[in-house]
Amino acid sequence: MTESPLLEVDNLSVEFLQRGAATVNAVRGISYHVNRGEFLGIVGESGSGKSVSSMAVMGLLPSTARVTGDIRYRGESLLERDDKTLSKLRGKEISMVFQDPLSALTPVYTVGNQITEALKLHDSGLSDKAADARVIELLTTVGIPAPERRAKAFPHEFSGGMRQRVMIAMAIANDPDLIIADEPTTALDVTIQAQILEVLQKAKEVTGAAVVLITHDLGVVAGNVDRVAVMYAGRLVETGTVEQVLTAPRMPYTMGLLRSVPNMQTAGRSRLVPMEGRPPSLAALPPGCPFEPRCPASIDACSTAEPPLVQIGGTGPGSREVACIRADEFERGTLGIADVFPHPEPVPPEEQAQVKGATVLQVTDLKRHFPLTKGVVFRKTIGSVKAVDGITFDIEEKQVLGLVGESGCGKSTTILEILELARPQSGSIELNGVDVASLNSSARLKLRGDVQVVFQDPMAAIDPRLSIEDIVSEPLTVRGASRSERSAKVRELLETVGLDPAMSGRYPHQFSGGQRQRIGIARALATDPKLLILDEPVSALDVSIQAGVINLLQDLKDSRGLSYLFVAHDLAVVRQIADVVAVMYLGRIVELGEADNVFSHPQHPYTQALLSAVPIPDPRVERTRQRVLLDGDLPSPTQEIPGCNFHGRCPLFKILDAAHQERCIQTDPSLRSVHNSSVACHFAEENPLRVTGVDITEKEKS
Amino acid sequence: MSLFLLRRFVNYVILTLVATTFSYILASIFENPAARYLGKNPRPSNETIARTLDRYGTNPNTPVLERTWHWFTQLVFHGNLGQEYDGTSVVHDMIVRSGVSLQLLLIGSILGALLGVALGVWGAVRQYKASDQTVTYLSYLILSIPVYVLGVLLMIVATKFNDVIGTNAIVFTGQYTPGTSGFWSILLDRLSHLLLPTIALMLTSAASYSRYQRNAMLDVLSADYIRTARSKGRPRNAAMIRHGVRVALIPMSTFFAYSFGLLVAGSIFLEKIFTWHGMGELALNSVNQNDINATTGSILYVAILILISSTLSQILYAALDPRVRI
Amino acid sequence: MALTNLEILEEPEPSAAPLSSSAKNAGSASRGKLIWLRLRSTARFWIGSIIVLLLILWAIFGPAFSNFGAGDTDLLNTGVGPSGAHWFGTDGIGHDLYVETALGLRISLVIGLVGGPLGTVIAAIVGAFAGYIGGVFDKVVSWFIDLMLVLPSFFILLLISPALKKLSWVALVFFIPAFGWMIMAQVVRSSTRSLTDRDFVKAARFMGVKTGTIIFRHIIPNVASLLIIDATLGVVYAISSETALSYFGYGIQAPQISLGTLIADGTPGATTQAWLFLFPTIALVLLLFAVGLVGDALRDAVDPTSGVTRD
Repeated sequence: MTESPLLEVDNLSVEFLQRGAATVNAVRGISYHVNRGEFLGIVGESGSGKSVSSMAVMGLLPSTARVTGDIRYRGESLLERDDKTLSKLRGKEISMVFQDPLSALTPVYTVGNQITEALKLHDSGLSDKAADARVIELLTTVGIPAPERRAKAFPHEFSGGMRQRVMIAMAIANDPDLIIADEPTTALDVTIQAQILEVLQKAKEVTGAAVVLITHDLGVVAGNVDRVAVMYAGRLVETGTVEQVLTAPRMPYTMGLLRSVPNMQTAGRSRLVPMEGRPPSLAALPPGCPFEPRCPASIDACSTAEPPLVQIGGTGPGSREVACIRADEFERGTLGIADVFPHPEPVPPEEQAQVKGATVLQVTDLKRHFPLTKGVVFRKTIGSVKAVDGITFDIEEKQVLGLVGESGCGKSTTILEILELARPQSGSIELNGVDVASLNSSARLKLRGDVQVVFQDPMAAIDPRLSIEDIVSEPLTVRGASRSERSAKVRELLETVGLDPAMSGRYPHQFSGGQRQRIGIARALATDPKLLILDEPVSALDVSIQAGVINLLQDLKDSRGLSYLFVAHDLAVVRQIADVVAVMYLGRIVELGEADNVFSHPQHPYTQALLSAVPIPDPRVERTRQRVLLDGDLPSPTQEIPGCNFHGRCPLFKILDAAHQERCIQTDPSLRSVHNSSVACHFAEENPLRVTGVDITEKEKS
Repeated sequence: MSLFLLRRFVNYVILTLVATTFSYILASIFENPAARYLGKNPRPSNETIARTLDRYGTNPNTPVLERTWHWFTQLVFHGNLGQEYDGTSVVHDMIVRSGVSLQLLLIGSILGALLGVALGVWGAVRQYKASDQTVTYLSYLILSIPVYVLGVLLMIVATKFNDVIGTNAIVFTGQYTPGTSGFWSILLDRLSHLLLPTIALMLTSAASYSRYQRNAMLDVLSADYIRTARSKGRPRNAAMIRHGVRVALIPMSTFFAYSFGLLVAGSIFLEKIFTWHGMGELALNSVNQNDINATTGSILYVAILILISSTLSQILYAALDPRVRI
Repeated sequence: MALTNLEILEEPEPSAAPLSSSAKNAGSASRGKLIWLRLRSTARFWIGSIIVLLLILWAIFGPAFSNFGAGDTDLLNTGVGPSGAHWFGTDGIGHDLYVETALGLRISLVIGLVGGPLGTVIAAIVGAFAGYIGGVFDKVVSWFIDLMLVLPSFFILLLISPALKKLSWVALVFFIPAFGWMIMAQVVRSSTRSLTDRDFVKAARFMGVKTGTIIFRHIIPNVASLLIIDATLGVVYAISSETALSYFGYGIQAPQISLGTLIADGTPGATTQAWLFLFPTIALVLLLFAVGLVGDALRDAVDPTSGVTRD
């Protein structure tokens, strides 16, 4: 009996019936199992059915869902049970951690109250006192400081990372045997993600539960799980141990994901491989393999029938399952990942724009402080939020500066200050050698043509009510271009960004996210700017789409000699495209230097922590990596921190002796040159922390 | 937090004063108190009229701003709103009449709110079932009937009812029957008079509350935290009640403030229909009588009610939603 | 009923449902089209629109079918109930109630269909400018709106009614919306404030597009769905205000008639000569009910979260 799996999902299908529309086949006959104490990862893009299948296990699907197949927990079917009997199981035997910790907690009850609720639902005899004690114990386990006080706080008083810890505390409250974590780290910063994954591992150790981790991020899977299942269009397309799937994938979709996602190990040296197209609509599936239209390895037989998930490589412990009719060729080695997804060529040297290296943007000692007011009847200023606190950098022609940091570090304020083209609060901004403080309004309008912006969310960045032609030509309309001029320019621009010019009459909703981002780029290029400000240009896109946009940006830079200020929180993306990197923390730049140098030899402890928090989709690397973890959250920007503003979270500070620590507390370090980078740390030379696994000298494996 | 509420309250008081003063100016411009005496037979002399109007502070020959200033200082420093055309003190009359009006307004609005919230929650949980549809269409229908028409319709029904049972079981003219004596008889008589207007007011407010509460509840039912509560082991309905209703009540506190103005108007119509001698009668009649002081007095009454309801709704909001507490 | 606007205070942001496959499919049709699709499948929308259309047609052409004209008195048949000659009966001096109801409906329809949307136009312009420009202008506008909200609009209209009596009933078409735009202006203002932070508005600003152009090209079209709902519910508000004023003798004055004056005339004899009260009442309630149904169907169609429960 002990050999039987904890959870068996058998030929599970979920359909959503829609009024007046085709039925959506969200999950189409998937089977998998979870063994006791096992860590399973389910990977897929949005819409692949990965969340729906786990909601089916919990019995939490809406009534419009029709579920068929079977789900057995400890050998007993769950599908037949009604809500009441399932409720006895939920939270006690099987518990769940949801994606968005902001909306997943009830806003009107305290955190302690909500954990107590979970405890008392399954143990009605529990005394208030015992419950309180258990709440404190749980909050301590998940690493919430001052648990006695925090238990009485409401969810909105917690940061995203802390709320997710509360969710985990709630999930482990009754010592469950199975924890389902649905994208638990997606909304969080990379340093917080690393902390939450640690807590999840700890929760698993404390309870001995099996964990199902649902994610779109192959890197998150690599260091944590035992087995991986890859989902595409409602089906499992590949399963196996994490080593098998990530290092020797046999399904072209998995290969494509691995090659298209920027990866700290390979980024900057080899170009990404875009995966064209988008997942099929689950309401109208083609007859063949659903990946066939996007698959570079497809043959005629692929479009006739959908390949089943079959076992390859024998039946032993090394057995794995793949749904591809060419899996044998991959297994035998007659077909390799490099044949299917070759790296695309960069812009050839003769087509590259020639530049002299003049400075396009010069930002000097830029400051933006927001006053902090208090008082009900009479408002008085009691301090200021130093959103940007004296930063200096420049960008040359055809150069990409990557600006990175956690959310709240001042990245967004920096670019808004530049885009306003107005006299900054303090410091100066020069564009093409012109100080923006000196501009009158007509000169400002003219200069606006030289600097344009591409925003993060392609849904929000273009007006949904205008046609593509109107959107792309809006900057030209402002400048009084004639209708025919505009039309010609729009066609040219759409061609440049890889869209069909014939589509200029269409509206944004007819395009996918990646295409919309291309429209945003086309609009930004309309005035032939010299500098593009790219605000997280790929982070809202599905992973398989990102590569195409990044490659486009690289090509545009090479052929047009554009300069970019590239703002991102994803270090792998920055690594892929940036020439120079600036790392921001609490309104300051703490490290600035050539990208190669900063990424291979980070010297500021904050940079080191950031880099080590980025997961790498290679289990061998992940397991041997040395990590530099940060404590806690970004401090509130209203807080006045004496000395180095990082010392409260600094991993280096902790291992310094008292005399050295005193210097960090007393003196604010300024940027100084250390080993070819500028670093704002007193002890950069003596820093013993080393980050492994992102070494540039390591050879790429294929 | 209480400081914040105090600030809001002071702001409302200022708004109320400004709005009432503004109303006094409007009334002084548009109402012509002299008209009241011109039609009399024998017509009083111009001097007499002017003297009388001067006594009331409503002589059109005095500049409007000067009269307004006089009225304003009287209000702020003496709490005096002047006299009605027949010499009654406006403040005194308002105290007597608002006692009459508030009976109807308070009972009707409280019952209406309770009934509306309950129906709204019930409808949302049973969305699209026959019972939900019935309540929905009934509330549309009631919202489409002006409250004064609803009052008349209830009177017709009551008349028929009285005819059928042969006695005057439901009485609906005035606020009480003159000459009733004895505690229980008086109480019964008052309640009987209250019945129809209260039902009319209650139905109207319950209809609008139930629509709004149903929408608020539906928003909440698809919230992630309901799913979290269920994943902890709360059965579906228990999760909806414990986590859903509590949150769905929050928007109702703002809705309360907005809807109250309409309720006040509705109660004033009903007073007129059921011939109650309340503030509604004063408000509607004073405009016909060209009685500037009484008109402004009734406007002040309405503004004070709005002031109180807005403040209450702020307090309620803070009590219900920890996110706005400071 | 201005208060029903509150139900749409929340911005109708297409929510990213976790069942992203279905959300994606929904996103593949344009917003306007999607609203129309949803609207088309609601019975309430069709019932409401057809009733409104029939009432409009009747108000225009109905009197032509009667043998009596406006103001005609049939002295042989005074105070009689519905009959072959007088379909809705007559009043005490022999006015034909069928004709009178149709004529009263005309005035109510004009006031509703012109006055309601007019209030929305004021709300859209005031709200969008206050929300977009912000600063002192916004503070002043917000304070003014708060001030206007201290008094329910009926009382302001009551205050100025002595002047209204001297003017033609057409004045009501303008005065009613003049005091009924404030709540919607607040809604538009808060929607505008969140739109101002949206990237496509920022992008337009960084391109150098002028403020007025941004408001009319980017902001107002993006709150259009709110405005359409408000215009519909504004019709209900305008008609209710007019009939209430007229009912109590402060609105439409004789010899003009509106549904409000007809209902008022019928009220004293409501129990004995029920037709005098009932026919104009039915016309009014039917009209308000039908417009309300359309408004509600519109709101449900615009708000994608209405009608979705996860159970």
